[in-house]
Amino acid sequence: MNTSLTARMPYPVMAFIPTLNRRQQTLLLMAMAAVVVGVMIAAGILLDNDRIATHFDQRNLAPSWNHLFGTDWLGRDMFTRTAKGLTVSIGIGMIASLASVVIAMILGLASATLGKTVDSAVSWLVDLFLGVPHLVALILIAFVMGGGAKGVIVGVACTHWPSLTRLIRAEVLQIRFSEYVHVSKHMGRSRVFIAVRHVMPHLAPQFLVGILLLFPHAILHEASITFLGFGLSPHQPAIGVILSESMKYLATGMWWLAFFPGLSLLVIVRSMDIIGDHLRQLTDPHSAHE
Amino acid sequence: MNNNKRVPIHKMHCADVPKGARHAVPHYISGWAFMMKGYDMLSIIDLSISFTQYRTGLRQKTMAAVSNLNLSVAAGEILALVGSSGSGKSLLAHAILGILPSNATMTGALVFKGEPLTPERQRALRGRDMALIPQTVNSLDPLMRAGAQVRTSVRNGKGRAVQKNMFERFGLTSRDARRYPFQLSGGMARRVLVSSALASGARLIIADEPTPGLHHQVAQETLTQLRELADQGCAVMLITHDMGTALGVADQIAVLYAGTVVEICPSSDFKDQGHLLRHPYSRALWRALPENEFHPISGSQPLQDYLPSGCLFEPRCEAGTSLCKNERPELRELRSGKVRCVHAS
Amino acid sequence: MPLEAKDLSFRYKKSRWILDRVHLELQPGQVLGISGPSGCGKSTLARILAGYEKPLAGGVTLGGRPLPQKGFNPVQLISQHPEKAVNPRWRMHRTLNEGFRPDDIVLSSLGIEKKWLKRWPNELSGGELQRFCLARALGPQTRFVIADEISTMLDPVTQAQIWSVLLDSVKKRNMGLLAISHDKNLLMRISSMIIIWEDMMMGS
Repeated sequence: MNTSLTARMPYPVMAFIPTLNRRQQTLLLMAMAAVVVGVMIAAGILLDNDRIATHFDQRNLAPSWNHLFGTDWLGRDMFTRTAKGLTVSIGIGMIASLASVVIAMILGLASATLGKTVDSAVSWLVDLFLGVPHLVALILIAFVMGGGAKGVIVGVACTHWPSLTRLIRAEVLQIRFSEYVHVSKHMGRSRVFIAVRHVMPHLAPQFLVGILLLFPHAILHEASITFLGFGLSPHQPAIGVILSESMKYLATGMWWLAFFPGLSLLVIVRSMDIIGDHLRQLTDPHSAHE
Repeated sequence: MNNNKRVPIHKMHCADVPKGARHAVPHYISGWAFMMKGYDMLSIIDLSISFTQYRTGLRQKTMAAVSNLNLSVAAGEILALVGSSGSGKSLLAHAILGILPSNATMTGALVFKGEPLTPERQRALRGRDMALIPQTVNSLDPLMRAGAQVRTSVRNGKGRAVQKNMFERFGLTSRDARRYPFQLSGGMARRVLVSSALASGARLIIADEPTPGLHHQVAQETLTQLRELADQGCAVMLITHDMGTALGVADQIAVLYAGTVVEICPSSDFKDQGHLLRHPYSRALWRALPENEFHPISGSQPLQDYLPSGCLFEPRCEAGTSLCKNERPELRELRSGKVRCVHAS
Repeated sequence: MPLEAKDLSFRYKKSRWILDRVHLELQPGQVLGISGPSGCGKSTLARILAGYEKPLAGGVTLGGRPLPQKGFNPVQLISQHPEKAVNPRWRMHRTLNEGFRPDDIVLSSLGIEKKWLKRWPNELSGGELQRFCLARALGPQTRFVIADEISTMLDPVTQAQIWSVLLDSVKKRNMGLLAISHDKNLLMRISSMIIIWEDMMMGS
């Protein structure tokens, strides 16, 4: 039963993809996404800053070979702006999701291994955070932290750890009370050995999948927060800023100001999402062999 | 039970039936034939099931779980399929019912009541004409009362009446019918599973490892129920690794080794020193029982992706020759049984 | 140095007492069989004797002293479901060598083939996994083996193979063996003394 990718990808797909097995598909997707992201980041770093300086003689140009994504009202090349913006967004997204996953791992491990009181405390905290709508909490935290990249990162990290914590807690509890860990203890193995050799290998896939699935989510949050005005300053060309400013110009017919940045954001986020999904299916023992 | 209902006559087209099945299936079948003892309710012809699994890295390897399996279960008899874990027994049950996992591929033919068993037919007949008594009691819906579960599987007749009838036969009260599965003891839950299968009016019952973990009395009861079912004209396939259970209740024994049937014989052949048995593996099984010699042969079943190219049992066989190494023997008739061995006599 | 259980009592939460002041003594070199239907507490007794669970009352002693909490436990338990007793993310050679390195003679007598060592547990069947569990339990420091329905899920040939190796090791190294099974024929073959569970529960 081959889950055809063509139904899920929004862009044209090479004809031979359905004949690859799931692991090969995943690897291919990861390679493709890495190339796209790499190109974006390279463009962001290498492309001349001059192209995003204001050039009043090149204002409001539609997309052309010279300016792939057109220019904006200040004559800045949209492609360069998008590339740089995406680079910043990806960087922020990465840090935020990493921070969130690390918090989740620590809290999950603690609640599963340090006894009943810690477990109750962490579970209570998880329920508390899950009860608050996370976008509202995110905006509040970003505002309190004074906005900017720091505000966004702290905001995302503090609101996205609960569900992963629950998952990790359940996983660790299950392993701790499994028969083979009992046998290991019976063979004289220390707690450290069991933690490192038995528990960690089970958690590593969760860690990876957690990051990969949270990462696009974090980028989108960064974009929305900045769009709403609570995130990065307008001087930093992040995608959120670009999109928010382009809103003002939509009515004038300069569709490329919102379309290309939005599309690039969509492509990056979607590819990360698909990779995370594939990895999750590969690590799930029920569908692991498709 | 629709014992008195006349089922319309089906005309069979020879072209629809795979070659191997033609001699097993009469040219046209009357509904009454299904009730006749000895009529082949289910025929499995040359069945092979293989899986794809990932090796480390990106490549997938194919494991042959079942290879060239031939078997028939006749109405009115209990066929016990005996084999070790890993020999493909449960897979076979799932293949018959059409519930194989998605990474399994199946070749060969299944013929049920004279007609080929296509996936559509399997879907239609699952739970109606073919029923499974599953291995674990966990197969019961934990949110449904016992009586309601049995009623959902009733196809002919009034749900309540059939269910009441079943429960009476198995010594379950109406209070038990209102209980949830977690409130039932292991034995009672098993009886509910058996009544579900019976209530469906299925003519083919597949019982997957019905006895492990059961109290001796409950196990005996389950087997007696299966015997009753067979006596009423159903075809019962009992899948087990426990020879004692199998020999106690079955008419025919099919010995499974490494995914293929190596011998089919009447259960009465398993006696004394096993000299009536045809295949060396059957003899080894008989001799290894604690009540007999308790003496094992060495070696173990080959792994599913490392099957020998010749006879599957040859690496462990004392009488193996170069002929055995090169060719896989076919299942042939011998003394009112069947065997897959070149040297059997 | 016998393995003794004195006054063992155990139950789960507030249910009925599964073990009520049970006494048991296993001498080195002795093969003791316990026969009884499943689900009545034999496995619980096995786990308490091996030190996997703590009894609510009474205790288990080895030569007068309580079971060691650290290091390789001289009382090893082999349970009914080998697939639960191995880490699914470890290859078989790691599982096998977890406690100590079994020598090749033991491996070949158990029928463990070299090519199985690189496999994952999900690629092997119950019989093969049980062989690994057995090899793993027969360490140099093992004094007592508790075999809880180890061959119930296995076919007769594998059952005979496993038991012959186990009985051989036990005899050679003068270990005590407690065999729990519902199969009376098996117990009569292997044990020097059989305890019927119902008789034991009614007050030994």
